[in-house]
Amino acid sequence: MTHYSQPLEFTGLTRWFDSALRSVMPDFWAIFIELVIVGIALLATYAVIAMILIYVERKITAFFQARIGPNRVGKYGIFQTVADVLKILIKEIIHVNKVDKFLFYAAPFFIIVASMLTFGAIPFGKGLQAVDFNIGVFYVTAVSSLGIIGVLLAGWSSNNKYSMIGAMRSGAQFVSYELSGGFALMTIVVLTGTMQLSGMVETQRYCWNLFNGHIASFVAFIIYLISGHAETNRGPFDLPEAESELTAGYHTEYSGLQFGFFYLAEYLNMFVIAAIAATVFLGGWMPIQIKGWDAFNQIMWYIPSYVWFFGKTGVLIFISLWVRWSFPRLRIDQLLNLEWKYLLPINLVNILLMVILVLSGLTLTQIF
Amino acid sequence: MVELIIFYVLAIVISVFSIMAVSSKRLIRSATYLLFVLLATAGLYLLLDYEYLFAVQTAVYAGGIMVLFIFAILLTHKPGDRVPNEPKRQRILSIILSVAGFAFCAHIIFHNINRVYQLVPANEINVKQLGMTLMGTEKFEYLLPFETISILLLACMVGAIMIARKRS
Repeated sequence: MTHYSQPLEFTGLTRWFDSALRSVMPDFWAIFIELVIVGIALLATYAVIAMILIYVERKITAFFQARIGPNRVGKYGIFQTVADVLKILIKEIIHVNKVDKFLFYAAPFFIIVASMLTFGAIPFGKGLQAVDFNIGVFYVTAVSSLGIIGVLLAGWSSNNKYSMIGAMRSGAQFVSYELSGGFALMTIVVLTGTMQLSGMVETQRYCWNLFNGHIASFVAFIIYLISGHAETNRGPFDLPEAESELTAGYHTEYSGLQFGFFYLAEYLNMFVIAAIAATVFLGGWMPIQIKGWDAFNQIMWYIPSYVWFFGKTGVLIFISLWVRWSFPRLRIDQLLNLEWKYLLPINLVNILLMVILVLSGLTLTQIF
Repeated sequence: MVELIIFYVLAIVISVFSIMAVSSKRLIRSATYLLFVLLATAGLYLLLDYEYLFAVQTAVYAGGIMVLFIFAILLTHKPGDRVPNEPKRQRILSIILSVAGFAFCAHIIFHNINRVYQLVPANEINVKQLGMTLMGTEKFEYLLPFETISILLLACMVGAIMIARKRS
C-alpha cells in the first residue's frame, strides 16, 4: 500500500506532544496529563458541536418552513446560540417542592453522561479517537442505553402526570427501537468481521460498507437511520414530548442548566447517531479512494480526515432534519407497530441475508 | 498503583451502594442504587481488560434489566411510598441467611480463584474466541447448554404472552 502525504493531519502533532511530555517527566505523569487534556478536549468539542448544531437546526428548520430564522445576533444570526447559552447559564434553577430530590437532580446527569460516554468512543479522524475498544460497536450501543434510565427517573421524580406519561412513552419507544438499531449494526459486524470502530474504518478503504453488502447493507442503513431517529425522540417520533398533549414531556419541571442538559444531550445524541452511521456505513474518516488511482487518492488525502468525517456526519444530520420537518407525528400504536411488526422481522431476515451474502462470496469486494 | 486506586474507588462504590440499595425505604431509589452497583461492577471488568463482559454488563444489566425494573416499579401502585420495616424476627432471620450465603460464596471464590487464574489464558479473550466456544460442539464448548437456555427463554416468552393476552 502506498503512503500518501497527509499535511493537515493531527497525528504528527499528537505524537510530537507525547514524546515531548515523556522526555521531561515520568510516564505516569505524562499519561495523566494526556488523559486530562483528552478529557477537556472532548468536553469542549461536545459543547461546541452542540452549539453549532442548535444554530444549524434553527436555520435549516426556518428554511424548510419558508422563514428566515435567527438573524439578529451577528451576521446571519451566527451568535444566536452563544447568546442562548449565556442566557441558560445565568438562569435560575427553580427548586420544585414535592419532587424526589436525589433522583430529580441525578436524572440530567444520567442522560448527559450516557451521551458523553458514546461521544468519547467516536473516531473523529485519523488518530483522533480517545479509546479504541475491540468491541467498539457493542460498546456504543451498550453505553447509549443508559440514557433512558435518566429519562425514566426524570419523568417519575418530577411528580407530574405529563412528565410521567412522557417518560413512559419515551421508555417504550427507546427500548423497542434500540433493538432494531442494534440488529442493523450487527448486520454490518457480520459483513466486516470486526466490532472495532478503527478496524471497520480500515476495511472500508476502497468500498464503503453501504455498497459492499449492497441489498442487505442498504436495508440495514435505512433501518439504522429510522431507529436512530426514534431513539433520539426526534422528528416524527417526538411523541414523548408532544407539546400539544404533554407540555414538554419528561423535562417539563426542569429549568435553567438542568433543562440545558436535556437539550444538549438531545442534540448530541443526534450527532452521535449520525457519526456512528457515518463510521459504520459510510467509511468514517477514510477519504474516498479508488484502487490504483494514486494521483486521485493523493488529492483526496490532502483533505484531512476530520473534514471527511464531519462532512459525512453533516450530510446524515441534514437528512435527519429533513425527515423531522417533512413527516407528521406518529401515534403511539403506529410507532410500536412500525417497530415490532415491520422493522424487527425485516431486520432478522436481513441479518440472515447478510450471512448468506458473506458466506457465498457475493459482497462487492469478494466479487471484484 | 493507579489500578489499585481505581479498584478501591470501585470497591467502595459497590459496597456502599449495595448497602444503600437494601436499606433504602423507597423502592425506586433502591433500584437506582442497584444500578450504580451494576455499573461499578462493569468498571471492575474494564479494569481487568475484559471489555466484552464490560459491555454485556452495561447493556444487559444496566440498560436492559434495570429499565425493566424501573418500568415495573413505576407501574406498581405507589412507588415513592416508604416501605414499612419488616418484623424483627424476620429481619434477624434474613441477616443470618445473607451472612451464611456470603460466607459460602466467599469460601468458594477464595479457594477457586487461584485455579481460575491459572486456567484462563493471560491475554485478552476476544469476541471471536467467545463465539467459537459458545457455538462449538467439542470438549469444553457450549452449544448444547446455549440451545437449552434458548428453549427455556422461549418458553418464558410464550408463557408471558399467554398470561398477558386478552381472554375472549
